[in-house]
Amino acid sequence: MAEVEETLKRIQTHKGVVGTIVVNAEGIPIRTTLDNSTTVQYAGLLHQLAMKARSTVRDIDPQNDLTFLRIRSKKHEIMVAPDKEYLLIVIQNPGE
Amino acid sequence: MPVPQKPGAVRSKQGPNTQSQLKAPAVKGAKVSSKKKDDEDGTETGDGDEWMQGKTLVKPPDQLDLTEAELKEEFTRILTANNPHAPQNIVRYSFKDRSYKPISSVDQLAVHFVLEGNLVHKDSDEARRQRARQGFAEEQTVTETENIAENEDKPETPADGVEDAGDGEDGAGEERSDSVDVQVGKKERKITNQFNFSERASQTLNNPQRERACQTEPPPRATFSATVNQWEIYDAYVEELQKQEKSKEKQKTLSSKKEEDKGKKKTVLVENQSDDITKVAKVAKIIGRMVTQNTFDDIAQDFKYFEDASDEFREQEGTLLPLWKFQYDKAKHLSVTALCWNQKYKDLFAVGLGSYEFTKQSRGMLLFYSLKNSTYPEYIFHTTSGVMCLDIHKQLSYLVAVGFYDGSVAVYNLKEDRPQPVYKSTAKSGKHTDPVWQVKWQNDDIDKNHNFCSVSSDGRVVSWTLVKNELLFTDIIKLSINGAVSEGQEYMKIPDMACGTSFDFHKQIDYLFLVGTEEGKIHKCSKSYSSQFLETYTAHSLSVDAVKWNHFHPKVFISCSSDWTVKIWDHTITTPMFTFDLNTAVGDVAWSPYSSTVFAAVTIDGKVHVFDLSINKYEAICQQSVVSKKTKLTHIEFNPVYPIIIVGDDRGYVTSLKLSPNLRKKPKEKKGQELPKGPEVEIAKLEKLLSLLRDSDNPEQK
Repeated sequence: MAEVEETLKRIQTHKGVVGTIVVNAEGIPIRTTLDNSTTVQYAGLLHQLAMKARSTVRDIDPQNDLTFLRIRSKKHEIMVAPDKEYLLIVIQNPGE
Repeated sequence: MPVPQKPGAVRSKQGPNTQSQLKAPAVKGAKVSSKKKDDEDGTETGDGDEWMQGKTLVKPPDQLDLTEAELKEEFTRILTANNPHAPQNIVRYSFKDRSYKPISSVDQLAVHFVLEGNLVHKDSDEARRQRARQGFAEEQTVTETENIAENEDKPETPADGVEDAGDGEDGAGEERSDSVDVQVGKKERKITNQFNFSERASQTLNNPQRERACQTEPPPRATFSATVNQWEIYDAYVEELQKQEKSKEKQKTLSSKKEEDKGKKKTVLVENQSDDITKVAKVAKIIGRMVTQNTFDDIAQDFKYFEDASDEFREQEGTLLPLWKFQYDKAKHLSVTALCWNQKYKDLFAVGLGSYEFTKQSRGMLLFYSLKNSTYPEYIFHTTSGVMCLDIHKQLSYLVAVGFYDGSVAVYNLKEDRPQPVYKSTAKSGKHTDPVWQVKWQNDDIDKNHNFCSVSSDGRVVSWTLVKNELLFTDIIKLSINGAVSEGQEYMKIPDMACGTSFDFHKQIDYLFLVGTEEGKIHKCSKSYSSQFLETYTAHSLSVDAVKWNHFHPKVFISCSSDWTVKIWDHTITTPMFTFDLNTAVGDVAWSPYSSTVFAAVTIDGKVHVFDLSINKYEAICQQSVVSKKTKLTHIEFNPVYPIIIVGDDRGYVTSLKLSPNLRKKPKEKKGQELPKGPEVEIAKLEKLLSLLRDSDNPEQK
């Protein structure tokens, strides 16, 4: 447990990382380093997107699965790693 | 009776007034009697005399006095059938013409007075019946009526006189007859009822109707809707299959079921205890790697795509491009004592950390890094003693053998998530008494047990076998200073052990191996002869730091030492084929996995030397300082597939370097000729070089 905490902490302290959010299966953020409204927005939208992406991948090949989703935007890079029950979202500013 | 009186009253207007006034008293009396009659009974009893009397006229006091002329004057009044009050303007809506239309025919009849009379015609049936009835009644009631009449007369007589009494008598008689009449009627009816029958009816009590209803609670309902995808169906099937398999397994292992259950419960408990957040461990790792990749994007690009363009303009020399630097804060004060790539996951390597300084011995560390994340190790194992060497099993890449400074050896299992090794040698089980300098996994023995060998400064080469939960040891050989052990041991009382510092097993010949010693000698030994060296090479003047067989050529091996030299040998010849002086102590040397003629060495002045014998037999084609001068490089390893090397230094850092194209050059391609590839070619390439040397050597010796 401590190991995961440590990993999350390490990610957060990593250069350019704006925030990390852990989202549960219902799309409810259970852990965040961002402020409330931003977190809720990110969690809700990215949860939907990730589910859709996963569904797409699995529709093409049911044995396949989505492991990682990376959204490169002008300002940030949003990284989404879906697990069976959780979704880990990290927003990074790679230019920094 | 108003009807007969009325015309009388009207006439009196026109009739003479004088007479009427005279007769008034008489009329009065008649009037009273008639009034009484009227009040008492409406039936006609045929006293015609009284009617005649009623013709005397009564003149009201306010009557106009008209003269005779006036009275005789005739007024003509015409009676028309038209009703002056009848409305002339009644309209009715006609649906036919869709308009209101006046109605022409209006009812002209006006009714002024209606009275139902009770007069009956003499000859009518009704009259006859009444007469008959009356007659019957009179006969019967004569006696009775007389009595009653007398009684009635008494109170009346003083007031009104005889006339009145007579009237009263008549009235009373009439009255009685009436009441009798009713009784007679009833009797008549009874008589007429000639059929003696009775009608009887009864109603049974109806059963009262009752309505009864009850309502059950409706079963719970829920609206369910979902879209089904192909993969959801697939998942459902997979789950079902797994269930079936499980049930099958359960049936098979009924006897051991209880034990399993216990185990399951335990694991379930453990799972419950752990926080939810642990489930993010895997994705956290992925994210960690991606974040690092973003940060070190340029390095990743270099690793994959950068080729030093300037190599084309240099004839032979190449360069090393520094890539990631692996460091871990807690390993800062330790030096890298061992490096080993994982053969299965080519991006993963192990780093052993400890210290070569006798005075600075403390703890050690075993780290596993992936090229995917240079900032943090994948696995971390803390050890109480410094790690001196390690080796990852070629096939079972999760097994790692480690040798420690305190002489013990251990095996770590990466699959088991615990900080302690799964196997560890103890003082009782044949532990070395001096630092273990090298460990090497061997092929599985006849019983399919995994085993590895270790060499230590205490002069023993030991084979360790992993049996269930313990580590069994077998001494392969004991090294002595004076060549063959068998000769010495019989008469030499003092055991003078040679200190092994490195060894390597032949790639093809299972039993053949080389041991480098602290004295600078290299012994060629066989597992089957534990008391004898097959050959001894007087290789170096200081301790042999590394000895390694060539990956391709079965006869060639390389050695390096702190005496500044790197030497290449043919194991059939006791003199080195090549000797390279690097002008400083050499820490480690390694053959490249892609070419038989390429090897690299690290020196303590922080330089990496890369040689390609097929290009230059005398000098390194690359000599590059990769760390600051004060840092000593201790170890070097080639990645099995990628053109990169990792070097470790005495500060606990590991640096990865990319070899420029010149350093991994293939023989020049001749036009139109397919370039042969494979190990045979590599062997031939080295063999060609060696044969040249042999040829040149032989004449000298001769």
